[in-house]
Amino acid sequence: MNNHEKLVNCFTGALGIPSNLVIDTLGYNNIAQWDSVAHMALVTELESAFDVMLDTDEILAMSTVLDTREILVKHGITF
Amino acid sequence: MKARNPLDLTGKICLVTGATRGIGFASSRLFAEQGAQVILVGRDVGKLERNVDDINRAIEGGPLASSLVCDIADDAAVKVLFQTVFKEYKKLDVLLANAGVLEDALLGMVTRSQIERVFAINTFGLLYCAQYASRLMARTGGGSIINVSSIIGSNGNVGQSVYGGSKAAVLGITKSLAKELASSKIRVNAIAPGFIDTAMTQNLPQEKYVERLKSIALGRIGASDDVAHAALFLASDLSTYITGQCIGVDGGMLI
Repeated sequence: MNNHEKLVNCFTGALGIPSNLVIDTLGYNNIAQWDSVAHMALVTELESAFDVMLDTDEILAMSTVLDTREILVKHGITF
Repeated sequence: MKARNPLDLTGKICLVTGATRGIGFASSRLFAEQGAQVILVGRDVGKLERNVDDINRAIEGGPLASSLVCDIADDAAVKVLFQTVFKEYKKLDVLLANAGVLEDALLGMVTRSQIERVFAINTFGLLYCAQYASRLMARTGGGSIINVSSIIGSNGNVGQSVYGGSKAAVLGITKSLAKELASSKIRVNAIAPGFIDTAMTQNLPQEKYVERLKSIALGRIGASDDVAHAALFLASDLSTYITGQCIGVDGGMLI
């Protein structure tokens, strides 16, 4: 599984949505499933899948799929 | 057949703040005696190293205790602390949030800097630690957060509005986090020590000391180990169905 697939899996797992909805512009609170509880579940999924530890500022800045990918890139994850 | 020790902490990573002395050190030693890998956290590197040496000399065959220097009032330092734990240990099972300061003053003499200092350590620092610790725990299926409050937080006392306020906040934080983190299988409980023989209480004037002693039903001042025993219970599998609770370790003290 490549990192893009891992990222999509994190979103589908944490938000309970199909993979076709996981596009760059999908945003926090844009859909009912991506609420604050799901956001923290997403953080746990991402940290486990990519073996990183995000800081609070990054968690707050992770407001779209694109933002999330860019934050992971800062942690050395390549896409 | 040998019965399993229900207090066994073998394989668990336990982080203790305020581990340079008193309750923090006693709990660190007790956790290590039960097989835990203990990380002692404090501000005084010399005391931390001495405590780690004491524990490692006393515990034979178990994992070696270690220390990390951190001022938990500094959120940036707390972030680095838990990033280090993540890099070195990859998980965290128990957080004993024990670091605290005690400063007494009658209301008219309370200063802004005193309020900020006491809350920065007793309340804000505890929250910062819970924030990062819970994320490490969530990724490995749960854990136990033990917050050290105080009998002053639940009952109040003359001259302790600031300290009492900071410790009452700990109770509110504990009950809220217990609800918020339950879905991640993280238990959050508090301990409320009474009059415990630590450096914090040793400066009390003799008459006050005697007065406090008279208010304790069990007739003696508490020891750090008394509190450590409650911490061990909350860290262990004996308390796996307990969350959002506060255990008073006060010998039946009345305030």
